[in-house]
Amino acid sequence: MMNVTLTRRYSFAASHRLHSAQLSEAENQRLYGKCNNPYGHGHNYVVEVTLAGPVDPATGMIANLAELDAYVQKNVLEDFDHRYMNEEVPVFAKQVPTTENLCIEIFNRLRSFPGARLARVRIEETARNSFEYSGDGAGGAKR
Amino acid sequence: MVTITRKIEFSASHLYHNDAFSAEENRRVFGKCNNPHGHGHNYTLEVTIAGTPDPTTGMVLDLVELKELLEREVMQRMDHRFLNHEVEELKGMIPTCENIAAVIWKLLAPKIRQGKLHRVRLYESPDLFVDCSESAWGEAMA
Repeated sequence: MMNVTLTRRYSFAASHRLHSAQLSEAENQRLYGKCNNPYGHGHNYVVEVTLAGPVDPATGMIANLAELDAYVQKNVLEDFDHRYMNEEVPVFAKQVPTTENLCIEIFNRLRSFPGARLARVRIEETARNSFEYSGDGAGGAKR
Repeated sequence: MVTITRKIEFSASHLYHNDAFSAEENRRVFGKCNNPHGHGHNYTLEVTIAGTPDPTTGMVLDLVELKELLEREVMQRMDHRFLNHEVEELKGMIPTCENIAAVIWKLLAPKIRQGKLHRVRLYESPDLFVDCSESAWGEAMA
C-alpha cells in the first residue's frame, strides 16, 4: 500500500515577543531569555504545508497548486507577513506566539482547505529550529 | 531500524495536458504547465531504505548496488528526457511530481534486495516535493 503526500514551502517575515501574562517579569526573563526583550524581534519563517492524497487520475495531482497558493496567501501570509504577531494576530493576544503555537494556529487556518486533506504543518523558525503539528489526531478536514 | 538515504538529481521536461479536457479547461486547471512545448525542471530524488545493519558488513544495503539501481531505473529512463513522450511507465498519466514519484516507487520497491523501500521523496523545486511511503499519512494509491 502506497501513500502519497505533497509538500509546498512558503515563507514570511514577522516579529514576536515571548512573554506569558501568567508569569512574573523575573520568571519571563528567566524562561524566555532574550526572546522576552520588550520590543520583540523577528524571524524569516518557513512554512511547509503537507497535503495527503488521493491523486486525482484526471489531473495527476493531490491538489491544484494555484488553489493551495491562493488559500495559503489569503488565510496565512496576508495576516502574518511583516506583522508583529503579538499585536496583530488576534489569537496571540492570549497565547504566547511560540512556534509551537504558531504551528497549531496555521494548521487550524488551513485545515478546511477544500482541495485535499491537510496532513501536517512544519515551521522553521530559523535554520536550526523547526516544529511540526499534524492535528489533534483527526488529521484535518476530510475532502 | 536504520534508514539510509541516497540522493540523485536529474533534469527533464514535461507538460500537463489531459486529452479529455477542452483546451480552455486544460488552460484553467494546469495554467502555464499546459504550455504546448513543455518546460523543464532539475529534479532531486531522495530514496530512503529501511533495515537492520548486516552484522558482517555493518550495512543496511550495499550503497553501490543502490547507486547502480538508481542509475539503471531512474537516470537512464528519465534524465534529459521529455517525460510525456519518452517514459513508457508514464504513458497515459499526467507527469506531475505525484505521478513521477509513484512510478519511481513502483520501479524500485520490488528491486530492493536488502532492507525495504521506506520513502521516495521527489523535489520538483526547492519549494515543492512529494513523498511516497507506506507510513500512516495519506491515502492509498492504486
